[in-house]
Amino acid sequence: MLELLQFTFMQRALIAATLTGAVCAVIGVYVVLRGMSFIGAGISHASFGGVALGFFLRINPFHTAVVFCLLVAWLIGWVSERQRLREDAAVGIFFASTMAFGVLLVGLLKGVQVDLFGYLFGNILAISSTELLSMVALALVVFTVIVFFYKELLLLTFDAEMAAVIGLSVRGFNFIFLTLLALTIVLSIKAVGIVLVSALLVIPAASAAQLTDRFRNMMIVSVVFGVVSCWVGLFLSAVLDIASGATIVLTATFFFFISMLISPQRKKMRMRIGKLQKQSPEEYQESNPY
Amino acid sequence: MSDSLIELNQVSVAYQDKIVLEDISLSVNRGDFLGILGPNGSGKTTLLRTILGLTKPFSGQVSVFGRHPQRLGKLREKIGYVPQQSQLDLSFPIAVKDVVMLGRTHKIGLGKSPGKKDHEAVQRALKLVYLEDLAERQFGRLSGGQRQRVLIARALALEPEVLMLDEPTAALDVGVAESFFDWLHTTHANLGLTLLLVTHDVAVVPRYVTAVACLNKHLVAHGLPETVLTEEGLHAMYGCGALFFHHGSVPHMVVARKNQSDG
Ligand SMILES: Nc1ncnc2c1ncn2[C@@H]1O[C@H](COP(=O)(O)OP(=O)(O)OP(=O)(O)O)[C@@H](O)[C@H]1O
Ligand SMILES: [Mg+2]
Repeated sequence: MLELLQFTFMQRALIAATLTGAVCAVIGVYVVLRGMSFIGAGISHASFGGVALGFFLRINPFHTAVVFCLLVAWLIGWVSERQRLREDAAVGIFFASTMAFGVLLVGLLKGVQVDLFGYLFGNILAISSTELLSMVALALVVFTVIVFFYKELLLLTFDAEMAAVIGLSVRGFNFIFLTLLALTIVLSIKAVGIVLVSALLVIPAASAAQLTDRFRNMMIVSVVFGVVSCWVGLFLSAVLDIASGATIVLTATFFFFISMLISPQRKKMRMRIGKLQKQSPEEYQESNPY
Repeated sequence: MSDSLIELNQVSVAYQDKIVLEDISLSVNRGDFLGILGPNGSGKTTLLRTILGLTKPFSGQVSVFGRHPQRLGKLREKIGYVPQQSQLDLSFPIAVKDVVMLGRTHKIGLGKSPGKKDHEAVQRALKLVYLEDLAERQFGRLSGGQRQRVLIARALALEPEVLMLDEPTAALDVGVAESFFDWLHTTHANLGLTLLLVTHDVAVVPRYVTAVACLNKHLVAHGLPETVLTEEGLHAMYGCGALFFHHGSVPHMVVARKNQSDG
């Protein structure tokens, strides 16, 4: 298996897998905790419109996808700010309309050969060095912002009202977050594809949530799950010659079920029930300090 | 007058087109302990939110520390707020002490992590609400009253000059509530903390506060507890559905079943 790493395409794929896994896992923690997984799916499907536009205008689909995803992310944020419309309705509108837009453009491309399949389902083994470079740049931006605004994003995720009370611009941070989310999605399209990105956003973070009860730990465990899933998926797909994106997502899903089975929450529940039956006096004292 | 920290001048607030506060003029001086009373839906929470700059009045002026509440800047660190009820995610992976630390987010500053001073402030705040033993517990695994104490600690961790409390004792047992009020009273006396307390506890108010504001969309009455909390005053505020009877100077109230709720 290690001799595979002699190939440059494999080295590039490995770096791409690491970046994708880590960035998706970090952003995914916020996505899961804020219940935004549908937005993730919405923005990633919107990128189909962006990719199709790139093919149509004969410019790099990656670039049009970045612009398109950012615009859609901001539009979703803006529309759902008007309180008459809930976020999921806003997502639903853009989800479908941007896909429709993409389908329309692809239909107009009669006779032109385009690698749509690679964008839809990802092809991590075919990443060019320029693409890799833009992935590195995007990942750096995402990580820098997350580290710099760590406290603020945590407060915003946990208690948006309190964030407003202490004078944080909830709107501003939502905007920043949607921007990061859109960048993360575009960054991951090459590796796992439009259809499967949202899975990589949700599954590692959801797995981590089973195993931890601290935000920072959830972040770390999520990154471990994300990166390991991408590595395992990558090697399996290279060795068995199967689709990389699908293999990565299925590997992540496998880890999710494992983490559900070994979740300490379930263990604690069992222990608690046992404890309650014995009616331990400490437990009672704890809830009543006087 | 120069000591006035919070000034409201003919303030009116509406949600969509429903007016909930009308023509409120009120000033709170440094060191005041203002009790805010009023029936459900009378605009008490809205009043606090207006002072915090979370809700914009459609007419009138609000000033806090002599400034517009939305342009407080650094002065925001001097204001602690305990919300009435928060819709917080109980499965959120966060420890009690970290929730309290979040109260200091802006004091710690952008891009910095908490230092020794911050950890000490969190410890002190937890001690004040008797939660130091549960500091490491996940927030969602507390009882409702314990969670409310965490939110009180979160406001205290800021070591504020002004503390606004929206029914902070609603979920507390009598013992904790009593000692919390006692603590508020001593802190207020010793540190010159300025307090705004929303409560339904008409029996508690006169024992601790220096002034009372009675709301019912309008500022029905405002002044010393003994002059405001008369039978007529309470009657004007709570409407005809309430019966009052006095035991000495502390009024007790029984609210009769109302046919319609907020108007
Ligand atoms: N976000 C909102 N949108 C529309 N109306 C609102 C909103 N919040 C409050 N209201 C209305 O404004 C009025 C005042 O509400 P507020 O929460 O200030 O009352 P309150 O005095 O704090 O009541 P309680 O004792 O129940 O806490 C109520 O009639 C309420 O229905
Ligand atoms: Mg209220």
